[in-house]
Amino acid sequence: MTTRLDRRFAALKAEGRAAFVTFITAGDPDFDMSFDVLKGLPAAGADVIELGMPFTDPMADGPAIQASSQRALRNGATMKKTLELVRRFREGDNETPIVLMGYYNPIYHMGVDTFLTLACEAGVDGLIVVDLPPEEDDELCEPAMRAGLNFIRLATPTTDDRRLPAVLANTSGFVYYVSITGITGSASPEARNVAEAVARIKRHTPLPVAVGFGIKTPEQAADIARTADGAVVGSAIVDAIAKELDSNGKAKPGAAERVLGFVRRLADGVHKARAAAAE
Amino acid sequence: MSLSKPNTLRSGPDERGRFGIFGGRFVAETLMPLVLDLEKAYAAAKADPAFQAEIDFMQRDYVGRPSPLYLAERLTEHFGGAKVYLKRDELNHTGSHKINNCLGQILLARRMGKTRIIAETGAGQHGVATATVCARFGLPCVIYMGATDIERQKPNVFRMKLLGAEVIPVTSGTGTLKDAMNEALRDWVTNVENTYYLIGTVAGPHPYPAMVRDFQSVIGNETKVQMMEREGRLPDSIVACIGGGSNAMGLFHPFLDDTSVKIYGVEAAGKGIETGEHCASLKGGTPGVLHGNRTYLLQDDDGQIKDGHSISAGLDYPGIGPEHAWLHETGRAEYVSATDKEALEAFQLCSKLEGIIPALEPAHALAFVSKIAPKLPKDHLMVMNMCGRGDKDVFSVADYLGVKL
Repeated sequence: MTTRLDRRFAALKAEGRAAFVTFITAGDPDFDMSFDVLKGLPAAGADVIELGMPFTDPMADGPAIQASSQRALRNGATMKKTLELVRRFREGDNETPIVLMGYYNPIYHMGVDTFLTLACEAGVDGLIVVDLPPEEDDELCEPAMRAGLNFIRLATPTTDDRRLPAVLANTSGFVYYVSITGITGSASPEARNVAEAVARIKRHTPLPVAVGFGIKTPEQAADIARTADGAVVGSAIVDAIAKELDSNGKAKPGAAERVLGFVRRLADGVHKARAAAAE
Repeated sequence: MSLSKPNTLRSGPDERGRFGIFGGRFVAETLMPLVLDLEKAYAAAKADPAFQAEIDFMQRDYVGRPSPLYLAERLTEHFGGAKVYLKRDELNHTGSHKINNCLGQILLARRMGKTRIIAETGAGQHGVATATVCARFGLPCVIYMGATDIERQKPNVFRMKLLGAEVIPVTSGTGTLKDAMNEALRDWVTNVENTYYLIGTVAGPHPYPAMVRDFQSVIGNETKVQMMEREGRLPDSIVACIGGGSNAMGLFHPFLDDTSVKIYGVEAAGKGIETGEHCASLKGGTPGVLHGNRTYLLQDDDGQIKDGHSISAGLDYPGIGPEHAWLHETGRAEYVSATDKEALEAFQLCSKLEGIIPALEPAHALAFVSKIAPKLPKDHLMVMNMCGRGDKDVFSVADYLGVKL
């Protein structure tokens, strides 16, 4: 069975370029602006969209994404509204893959079966759930696979060759390589180390490898895109959203367009990376 | 590894770190190899008599164990029912039961070659105990503490600094224990190479709940021996307060298979469970996944974690150790609650009648004792864990009572 993710990565491979993977938090700062940004992402150059499911206790996230979750929750974000964002997005875009990213508790609380049914109906393609390692695969990973969703696993610098096969076993869609030991939006990775790590993972799997954590500028994104199948940018985009808020936390006029302008510059970095390298 | 005997309640957790459906290893991939290493290292240490001998030696000469089992005659007389014994873990070095666990874990961290220790703290008792063992063994120590808690537990903050620890205020969320734990996890995920995360309660990913329980079980094991010496039989009931639940688990675990012993865990009901402002995860929560384990949590309809409220910073945690969640569901232990007000009354009662100023945490346990002891016969033997002393709380209690110092 091919999924939107499989098709998207195959098409990009045929074009000889890396995927630009963007992260925003659903409902940040509120439902309407979040939808404006979300629906504009593909035109701004996003090849794959990660949509954060807000959570009160995002243990693996840095200050930028913590704050985005808090903004969203303050303004009434819920799991149902996150899925509603996806459903509305799908009305205008049936090609761009959407991966929900977050923590297990809001899913567990809704009930895994209910969540999977609603996620599939809304048009979700995959899941990244930070606090579900392979040791807990029967919780969500296996039911999600049966429901036809891709379950994308994080591999990290601490995932050694002995452990890598277990991490990759039930992974599909792509592998998300966390380029640093740390939280989102912190230290930036060394491109050379990342290239080695990507090569190491590719010895174990035919799946595309996207790299994230700490990529903040078009130049850094381009560096990563030269060696990986995708570059993920999250905190920097979320920060761009935060900068567009007035003192009452409301988006300023034209905010979504300016955020998407920043996304476009990042996308250009990723998309031109290999062309520039070939020249 | 535990020997599995038939019909024992003491063999948990299973190989996946679960007590029934509770527990587990719900952590980010970066931490997973560390958690597996820790499990191996702990199993090896547990099987090494030299490790236990080192703990025993330090427990005796540094902590001052065994702690006395003390017949609280005047409380007993006041209640007019059950014979009330206090397990005096407040007499330990650093003033609470927290040192029992810290000692075990720091010796383990040393065996593992770790060179930096981090911990979270709520009331500051675990932070002080961690800073203490780090000073004793010469390891750098970073303590994450909620900004709200720093404000209400100033004496303990200063103690930690005197002991050489760096105290980092946490302002995310409501600046209490759960936020401190998030921040400690963020530190750990960043500094995986050299850092040991010294968790202070029977929560977190496997093997922490089992390991912390094992290190705290010295409380229940001593109680058993001391009660046999004093009364020639086991107690009829045992009582302990519960935040994460480490002092309670330490008292309860050795008694789990002694079915004649009634077990009571006392959660913090804050302003009253009906007000929603409380920390009673079992009474007022539902199962969920947080901080590496599945357990009962305070959460809203969307699975977002709610902030607890308690007069006691040490009980101010929206979850509870997974083994307690299991004991609750199986019915082996009964979980009850006491409000801020009831705890304050017990705090004053104990000070006046026994000359023991309890910490606000065990004052919750005593509040429950004061409810049931009067109704019990005089030959009913009850043990309450006096898990901490109240020096740290005198300022905030004065505040609550409207007394200017």
